[in-house]
Amino acid sequence: MKVLSYDPELCVGCYVCEDVCSETWFKVPDAEKSSVRIQEKEGEVLLSAVFCNQCGACIDVCPTEALYRDRRGIVRLRKKLCVGCLSCVGFCPYDAMFYHPDQTEPFKCIVCGKCADECPNDALAVVDVDTPPQ
Amino acid sequence: MSEKTETTRRVLAEYTYEAAPVERGYTGQTLYVNLSDNTIDAKPVTDVMKEKFIGGRGFGLWLLWHGVDADTKWDDPENELIISSGPCGGTTQYPGSGKSLVVSLSPLTDVVIDSNVGGHFGPLLKFAGWDAIEIQGKAEEDVIVVIDGANGRVTIEDASDAPVDTYPVNHWMIDQMTEKEEDRYFMSVVSSGIGADNTRMGCLNFSYYDRKRKAPRFKQAGRGGTGTVLRDKRVKALVVRSDPVRGDSNHPAVPERLARVGTKMHKEIHDYDDVQCRMRHGGTTYLVQIMNDHDLLPVHNFKYGSHPDAPKINSTVWEDRFAKGLTDGCWYGCTLSCTHAVDEFVPRTGPFKDQPVLVDGPEYETLGGVGSNCGIFDPDDIVEMNFYCDNYGMDTISFGTGTAFVMECYEAGVLDKEKTGGLELNFGNADAALELLHQMARGEGFGKIAGQGIRRMKEYFVEEFGADPQFVQDIGMEAKGLEYSEYVTKESLAQQGGYGLTNKGPQHDEAWLIFMDQVNNQIPTFEDKAEALHYYPMFRTWFGLCGFCKVIWNDIVPPDNSETDEPAKVPEHVQNFVDVFSGVTGREINKDDLIEMSEVVYNFQRVFNIRLGHGRRDHDDIPYRSVGPVTVEEYESRSERYDKQLREILDLDPEQMTTEEKMAALREHREDQYERLKDAVYERRGWTKDGVPTVETLEKLGIDFPDVVAVVEKAL
Repeated sequence: MKVLSYDPELCVGCYVCEDVCSETWFKVPDAEKSSVRIQEKEGEVLLSAVFCNQCGACIDVCPTEALYRDRRGIVRLRKKLCVGCLSCVGFCPYDAMFYHPDQTEPFKCIVCGKCADECPNDALAVVDVDTPPQ
Repeated sequence: MSEKTETTRRVLAEYTYEAAPVERGYTGQTLYVNLSDNTIDAKPVTDVMKEKFIGGRGFGLWLLWHGVDADTKWDDPENELIISSGPCGGTTQYPGSGKSLVVSLSPLTDVVIDSNVGGHFGPLLKFAGWDAIEIQGKAEEDVIVVIDGANGRVTIEDASDAPVDTYPVNHWMIDQMTEKEEDRYFMSVVSSGIGADNTRMGCLNFSYYDRKRKAPRFKQAGRGGTGTVLRDKRVKALVVRSDPVRGDSNHPAVPERLARVGTKMHKEIHDYDDVQCRMRHGGTTYLVQIMNDHDLLPVHNFKYGSHPDAPKINSTVWEDRFAKGLTDGCWYGCTLSCTHAVDEFVPRTGPFKDQPVLVDGPEYETLGGVGSNCGIFDPDDIVEMNFYCDNYGMDTISFGTGTAFVMECYEAGVLDKEKTGGLELNFGNADAALELLHQMARGEGFGKIAGQGIRRMKEYFVEEFGADPQFVQDIGMEAKGLEYSEYVTKESLAQQGGYGLTNKGPQHDEAWLIFMDQVNNQIPTFEDKAEALHYYPMFRTWFGLCGFCKVIWNDIVPPDNSETDEPAKVPEHVQNFVDVFSGVTGREINKDDLIEMSEVVYNFQRVFNIRLGHGRRDHDDIPYRSVGPVTVEEYESRSERYDKQLREILDLDPEQMTTEEKMAALREHREDQYERLKDAVYERRGWTKDGVPTVETLEKLGIDFPDVVAVVEKAL
């Protein structure tokens, strides 16, 4: 299955990925609406990235079965079934499920690859893994 | 039950409406249904209702006050059954925001009962356009009431073909009303059972559809016989359907505030529940071991506080029995998920004998009630009683505490095999307890007597069996007519008040002060106890005004809670609730405001009881079993502790006294302490020495309405 990967050694902190992601899914460049977030951590030289690794912990906590793993292994949200409880946001072990006041449903990376395509330094990439990470 | 049966639903009355949109947690109208004359109508929610009574229990009390008078009895047609969630009910972002409150005149207590319950009915009722449903009158034949918010239609329908008991009637409703699986998602049924027809302790089961198990699940409004009221009105089920729930169905004033505080709480539960109470794994069953370890678990009708067999029914057993990996929340977004179930349970008795069933629970109160208090420690027996209580529509607490009383009477010789129709009701006899349960539900044999509850059993045993009135009064664990919930209070004066100085009777949802008082000694003086018996009942009342669940408050706490000024109050969580309330309603409040909001409703309820001829000092009396040792063996089981108290507090020499003399001295002291506690608490609450709220108190709270003041003035 495919997942997004990130190499902090290559990231220059241009934040293009955040704009690309939010443009793709929300039609606006807005880091708060991006499913990939580049972060500076205090005391650390390298940047880090937060995005879904498709572990699926959120599927178990979803009360409406709105979250599911698709045939490609990607964890996705059926908006129609979502009641906006945001349980998945609090229970994501990687803080990679996001929400924004403009909509009631949360959102996450579904490995569309747009950010990787546009990343000027190839810090982000779509890679194949055998099984979902735990 | 998947085959659709051919049944024509005969409509007796119909009302069409356009569902009012929810604005900031309110639809602005309540639904009135009169089953005597088949009236169905909408009533406006007034500003006074919103400002003073908030919702939930507050709305229930307000509507009931105007629906009945001083002479109304529980089984008069004028009595009402009111269900309301509250402005925050139906919020999906903050855990535990789907509760409903049921308010009625109780068949057990003859005063107002309020009983809180999960399940989807209250929130879906709101999303169907109604802040409350108020049912008055009595139908001539069995009916169902259907509130179809999706199509703007309320109907009263003939239900002579429908089963009565909760499991079959829910499957019948699903069969009747749904085509596809998805049709079941936003539908909820309130039902009871034959146990409510034949006892005074009927409960209401509020359903919700468990999508993963593909089955209806049930939460109980257990206390005070509200199921008995439903069946007295000849209602088999209330059914509500709404449009699909969305994250903004409650249309909050500031959605992002809810999202912020809600996700913070979800994360806290994710990070700490596993190492705190493990509610997600075992629900409230974790309390069994803690109570047993602290001598607080009711054993043998509250005679003792622990038992060597308690580990057989503690959370390790239930974590094993409960299915894992499911979302056991009783409303969307409750990640504390305490409402677990035993799947594929096969009863060995009764109408479901040898048929696999899905059993909701057991929770702590059921384990304490039908388990340890009756000396029953076999998990299967407890699950079976849990199942049949739910199915028959009977409160597991009143059944458990009532059966424990019967068992002690049996062992003390008040009852014998002849009087019980052959039932050998010794402690620990699960076969007899199960048979008693079935008899109670059917209204047969000795079950018919037991189903009346402890207060009426006491009278019956004295009159018919020549029982010693003092003995049955001392060991009969009821106050105001309601059976005690499952905590031993003998060593906590504050909790004796927590049970006794209540509006509805001894139910722990008003105050649970045992650890503060007995274990941690944080409230040593009468003034301290009175303050706690002011703050906590008010604080907890507030949950039931808004639609919140208590467990999110202190069955999980922030990791730094113990470093706060008042850990028992869990200050961070109180602030969360304030944020959610303000985020939903747009009404900015602070932590102090919520106490005053509750005081309004709490005092109004006290006045309501006074109006009904109750609610005075004498009505706050409690049985001595909840205060101290009634029997010699009970004294001697804790003689070291009691002797020490005689020496240190009363300056007596226990070596020179018989056990009976020691018991008498201790009793005099403890009963005096309870009376002094009453004085302190009444003063703190702004009541007279007779427990009547003063006119000044009503004025201060802004509920000095002429009819309310008139009740108080008459009582002063």
